[in-house]
Amino acid sequence: MSEFVINQATTDLLREIGNIGAAHAATALSQMIGEPVNMRVPWVELVPFDDVTAVLGGPEQVVACVYLTVRGDITGSMFFVQSVPAAKILISELLSDVTPGDSFSELELSALAEMGNIMSATYLSSLIDLTNLQMQPSVPMVAVDMAQAVLAVGLSQDALVGNYALVIHATIHHLRASEDAHFFLLPDPGAERRLLTALGMGSAQ
Amino acid sequence: MIVRVGMADAQAAQTEDSLRTLGLGSCVGVALYDPVAKIGGLAHIMLPDHAGREDAPLAKFADTGVPFALTLMEQLGAVRRRITAKLAGGAQMFAGTGNDSLRVGPRNVEAVYKALGASSIAVIAADVGDHYGRTIELFCTDGRLSVRSARSGETWL
Repeated sequence: MSEFVINQATTDLLREIGNIGAAHAATALSQMIGEPVNMRVPWVELVPFDDVTAVLGGPEQVVACVYLTVRGDITGSMFFVQSVPAAKILISELLSDVTPGDSFSELELSALAEMGNIMSATYLSSLIDLTNLQMQPSVPMVAVDMAQAVLAVGLSQDALVGNYALVIHATIHHLRASEDAHFFLLPDPGAERRLLTALGMGSAQ
Repeated sequence: MIVRVGMADAQAAQTEDSLRTLGLGSCVGVALYDPVAKIGGLAHIMLPDHAGREDAPLAKFADTGVPFALTLMEQLGAVRRRITAKLAGGAQMFAGTGNDSLRVGPRNVEAVYKALGASSIAVIAADVGDHYGRTIELFCTDGRLSVRSARSGETWL
């Protein structure tokens, strides 16, 4: 478990990275929908698998989730997650006709994927500018289902040790939604060291 | 009492108790039951193979999690040859190609079958695969398994 100990400097750095990334993503979203988007202070933690969904209302809470994998110098998973009503509100900013209730049309899902895509790409490109490290997002994928069932794809990685994941979490709040939307960046073990090194704050060891 | 089984966790219980695990996506819930002793076991498997690693809970992997859950049941008095299995989960939550991590659900199911076969445990019911999440609860009084999903409500195995 020793690999799991992260010190305060690393935590601060990762929080700042979440801060910068999510701020750029929020700006991108704001430009897309032409409305103000607020960001809350992000947090960075080693989270037991069972607790990853706590901020979303628990393992069974149905959420709308955009998922991307990150490749390059930094690898990991990225999720843009929000409640079904919040996702509907966001989609209604782009599409004039939105299905009432809890179901999503194909068009609505691709609109959501595209928003997740633009925000995630903006998030990552701000980190690329900062670190000069390579990070490439995959094609975005969407699922609407139980929070733990969708986030598990990022936790069921051979690279993860034990049953903890390093989570860089940021929330944004968009206009009429009563609930926050969440960014989860789950860097694979070792990524935090590469980020530290790239920013001149640590050795490669 | 409802015994909660977390991710990468396994528990055993008996008689009036039930075992529950929430939000299975690509993970597989392995519900084991000895109908004579009325002892149940439930494992929440996340990955197929522990591949020699010792840094994680045994129940995280199919190859170590199945024997571990069986041992927990035997400690309560279950008898191996009477135990049968029901499976749920192993979904592919995100559609896509060229990304191996998306295929972990089907690989988990395959590995669970293999691990059960190695322990001579028969699978008598399964609700696996597809593209949706499941919450399951195993009742130790009679071995029934409740499978709930956001999409299709509750079914019984």
